[in-house]
Amino acid sequence: MGMMQALWSYRGFVLGSVRREFQAKYRNTMLGAAWAILSPLAMIVVYTMIFSQVMKSKLPGDASQYGYSIYLCAGILTWGLFAEILTRAQGMFLENANLLKKVSFPRICLPVIVVLNALNNFAIIFGLFTVFLLLSGQFPGAVFALLVPVIGVMVLLAVGLGLVLGVLNVFFRDVGQFFMIFLQFWFWLTPIVYPTSIVPEEVRAALAMNPLAGPVQACQDILVSGKTPDWGALWPATALAILLCLLGLYLFRRRAGEMVDEL
Amino acid sequence: MGSIVVQHLGKAYKQYPTRWSRLAEWLTPFLGPRHGLKWILQDISFHVAPGEAVGLIGINGAGKSTLLKLITGTTQPTTGGVHIEGRVAALLELGMGFHPDFTGRQNVYMAGQLLGMSADEITALMPEIEAFAEIGDYMDQPVRVYSSGMQMRVAFSVATARRPDVLIVDEALSVGDTYFQHKSFDRIRRFRNQGTTLLIVSHDKQAIQSVCDRAILLDGGRLARSGNPEEIMDYYNALIAERENQNVQQNALDSGKVQTISGTGEARVADIALFDESGARAEVVDVGSDCVLQVTVRVHAPIPRMVLGYMIKDRLGQPMYGTNTHLKELPLQDVAPGEDITYRFRFPMNLGPGTYSVATAIVSTDTHLVNNYEWRDLALVFTVMNMRRPHFEGSAWLDPQIEIARP
Repeated sequence: MGMMQALWSYRGFVLGSVRREFQAKYRNTMLGAAWAILSPLAMIVVYTMIFSQVMKSKLPGDASQYGYSIYLCAGILTWGLFAEILTRAQGMFLENANLLKKVSFPRICLPVIVVLNALNNFAIIFGLFTVFLLLSGQFPGAVFALLVPVIGVMVLLAVGLGLVLGVLNVFFRDVGQFFMIFLQFWFWLTPIVYPTSIVPEEVRAALAMNPLAGPVQACQDILVSGKTPDWGALWPATALAILLCLLGLYLFRRRAGEMVDEL
Repeated sequence: MGSIVVQHLGKAYKQYPTRWSRLAEWLTPFLGPRHGLKWILQDISFHVAPGEAVGLIGINGAGKSTLLKLITGTTQPTTGGVHIEGRVAALLELGMGFHPDFTGRQNVYMAGQLLGMSADEITALMPEIEAFAEIGDYMDQPVRVYSSGMQMRVAFSVATARRPDVLIVDEALSVGDTYFQHKSFDRIRRFRNQGTTLLIVSHDKQAIQSVCDRAILLDGGRLARSGNPEEIMDYYNALIAERENQNVQQNALDSGKVQTISGTGEARVADIALFDESGARAEVVDVGSDCVLQVTVRVHAPIPRMVLGYMIKDRLGQPMYGTNTHLKELPLQDVAPGEDITYRFRFPMNLGPGTYSVATAIVSTDTHLVNNYEWRDLALVFTVMNMRRPHFEGSAWLDPQIEIARP
């Protein structure tokens, strides 16, 4: 509770930091904030136009022109959010070592800043993608709103895991190195680029063990076919997310003091 | 009103024999700890009352900065605790969190938010901050074009924009130009007069003696001594000399002051006296009168080169005047045990009314850090009174010839 209060009284610092980080990226450029739109736009164009028009990739069992593009974006954009929170969170204490060692402020601000920054970037790119959906007539309708809880679960999972890794990384720097490698494998072990249906039966059970598979497939279901996701498949991810958040908070509270000595 | 209570505070860093031992300790907590502790601070207890100003001194590595970090809450104590009442401002690392690509003004917001202020509050304080920093148009330039002094001006102005209940200062004031140093020190003094509790770390004797009510000496991670600033500064100076195996002794005098004597003892001051114009030993002398300070040194062991120095200090311990026979190019060569050497220093007593003390030092060069045969604080105390002159203020006698032109 004390943590929440401290966070509230430092909301100016949190929001200021988020704004500043966003501005810092495009500072000293001539186009300024336009770059914040241009690079995600380029990404969306590559995934949608190139795959649908040039490579003519198709989803198995889906003959529509944009099927695969939307499938790819649904996975890759949400994965991007997940991976950004994770990579930033695992390095957040090390990157802010100077600040942590010399200024007294509620440390819980740091993960909050990381999440808000990532959500900010995600909002831009996902906004552009939504515009594409509307323009191409592929907008799934009211079911779109169901993305909110699904993405919420992914964010929670990322925050929990990120907090655990962030604290561990201070004491065991190998954690950060190892996790960057692990993240690559995780990406390919999640049905983002390929649909589960093309995977051999035996492997499918193994893929289902991946806690991220549920939320990613839920996003794909909503965006590609406008289906209500299979909520049952989200339970493992949700439970794990809550568990990791609790573990993260426990580690953080217990080790926050010792952490400063290690930086 | 702010106060600081420090109780049995201790700080130790964990030291693991190998990188793997920490992992082993974390994974098997029931097998007991696998680390050793390196104590930086041990059993520190003191209290700073509301409105009090306390100076913290100690040689490098004595644990001063660690203590301040524990007090401000940046690091967690290993034992004991700190209790602070009131709003704290710490001038520990000025300019932390400044982003070089943002303007001074934007960084003021950042720094203010890091101190827990809201944007509205900072906006309200901005004119005041700008006026105090005095960097003009640079305020809207990116910080990367600032000189370090300018950065420090902005940082200090933000950190002290609001008067805190407790102000903690770590030698931050030694940066910046003389003008700004004075200005910032004035601000600290003004806060103090308005009731801010002050904890200040400095090696600057003047700074400690002019603002602090009390001083605390840290030595080797422990609280070595606490008392009035003059006494502690004297002890501290003696302690620096003691690093070469000399002994330090402090005696309480009848006046309630504490005399510090240190040194290796090859020669000692056997007698010291002040003589007035009539040639009589005097404890009270007149402003502007001709006086003689006579110091007799007894030699106990052969000394190749002997220098005698003295310093006249005011009641607060601030130096008024000091010199020695090295500076005056009158060192003695090869003095032998058993010799009694008498020095007579003749000078006009151009000091204002008040009580003064004389400290003596018998050394080999012009500092007591090479060979300190004897260092004696409060060797003599005398009073200057104004008996013949019209009333004047201050501790120096700078009587002017006045010419007035009136058309």
